Amino acid sequence: MSRHEVVTPIPGVFYRKPDPESPNFVKAGQAVAAEDTIGLVEVMKSFHPVPAGVAGKVVDYIVEGESVVDAGQAVLALEVER
Amino acid sequence: MKRLLVANRGEIAVRIIRAARDLGIETVAVCSDADTEAKHVRLADAVMPIGPAPATKSYLVGDAIVDAARGAGADAVHPGYGFLSERAEFAAAVADAGLTFVGPEASVIEQMGDKVRARKVAMEAGVPTVPGTTDGTADVDAAVTAAADIGYPVMLKAAAGGGGRGIRVVDNEAELASEFPAASAEAAKAFGDGQMYLERFVRSSRHVEVQVLGDGKDAVHLFERECSLQRRRQKVIEEAPSPGISEETRQAMTQAAVSLCEHVGYRNAGTCEFLVDDETGEFFFIEMNTRIQVEHPITELITGIDLVAEQLRIAAGEPLGLWQSDITKRGHAIEFRICAEDPERDFMPGPGSVGRVELPGGPWVRTDTWLTPQSKVSPFYDSLVAKLIVWGDDRPTALRRAGRALSEFIVEGVPTTTALLREITTEPWFEEGQFNTGTLEAWLAERSQAAGMEATG
Repeated sequence: MSRHEVVTPIPGVFYRKPDPESPNFVKAGQAVAAEDTIGLVEVMKSFHPVPAGVAGKVVDYIVEGESVVDAGQAVLALEVER
Repeated sequence: MKRLLVANRGEIAVRIIRAARDLGIETVAVCSDADTEAKHVRLADAVMPIGPAPATKSYLVGDAIVDAARGAGADAVHPGYGFLSERAEFAAAVADAGLTFVGPEASVIEQMGDKVRARKVAMEAGVPTVPGTTDGTADVDAAVTAAADIGYPVMLKAAAGGGGRGIRVVDNEAELASEFPAASAEAAKAFGDGQMYLERFVRSSRHVEVQVLGDGKDAVHLFERECSLQRRRQKVIEEAPSPGISEETRQAMTQAAVSLCEHVGYRNAGTCEFLVDDETGEFFFIEMNTRIQVEHPITELITGIDLVAEQLRIAAGEPLGLWQSDITKRGHAIEFRICAEDPERDFMPGPGSVGRVELPGGPWVRTDTWLTPQSKVSPFYDSLVAKLIVWGDDRPTALRRAGRALSEFIVEGVPTTTALLREITTEPWFEEGQFNTGTLEAWLAERSQAAGMEATG
């Protein structure tokens, strides 16, 4: 097993949940597939999903919800099979 | 009014500062941490920082803006569009602080901003609204009677439904009689309530809006704007006058807007939105926007009236300085919204650093923008980087000028919608003014499908 960091392809504001009333997209220990959405980035008033990109097991979010992120910044840590 | 705080950013903040300057009023800009170098900040006489970059922590914080206005010694606040411009609480907070709000009173914002209440007020003022039932019914005979009044085609909506679920359109009484029981039964099953609303269905509609000015007593209109070209409910190209309505419709619609404003004692600039049935020419009031609009310059170019200056004069307590007979229209104006988005990647926003900037100019070309070379398109705000507005003595002349001006617009470093806008100006349906609220999205879908086929060979 090795650690993999999911990065956001675009800059903006990162959200862990689809809307304020919902739980986070993923939680620690959960298995995710490559196409699963793990967060949203709001850029210029539009929302874009951030996919996990690879299959793995969630370690935890790296950034807080509603924090400002740059393109290429790591937002979630995964454990993946090597 | 001596010192005006502009509670906004981007091109509209620049626009408002210019109008205030023209009237000899001092200006105070507000800025978030992302905007300290922005054009509106550099143009204003003073600047008040109001918080971190995300709008929810700066431009949307009413208290911070009222404090900034007090701190800067401003006596008036212009909200621009978007942000806090249609929040009644903000208008009330500005007034409570002893400052002048450039817009209607909080109570009017509340009344006209609520679609259901605005519809009621419009009906009281004798302004046509989309015909429909006010209560739901589960009885087919009652539905047939109601539909005869409403006029076909009729849309059936589950009273307890939402999000467009369970909507059916029927073209005549026979269809209604056969479809209604099933629709009602489905609604009962899905939502636990078989009651249905009936409403006129407009198959091909235009979005046309009327610009108004009121001083609380009298109101005048400044003709209409055609705003049917939209993508995801965002306007893309607007023009004045509308190429798609008759003179008879224009007269009736503008008169309806004036009646509505006089009925509510509307004060300041506002816009009444109408849905026009492209087949019958009937028009229906949808809602009122109680603020200056993005596309206001096209009205300025056909009437020669500075709408923002009028807003400031009215807010300062002056009565309307214009009679309806003073307001005439001349020629044709078109606005193009240039956004930092990539149309070839499903309009993905492209924030980033701007390099070279070349703005179009020459006769009857106006560019409202905050863009400067080496500026930044921030990820925190909307993607509008410039509005290109052209005027011509008729529509074909304005269109040719639009093509010329769009070809002069250059911004390096970020993607923009400029090339796509230019492509639209050469489409036959646009040249002929033959479009409705669904045209642009249908054309874009076809275009991207064609591009996909080309790519896959």
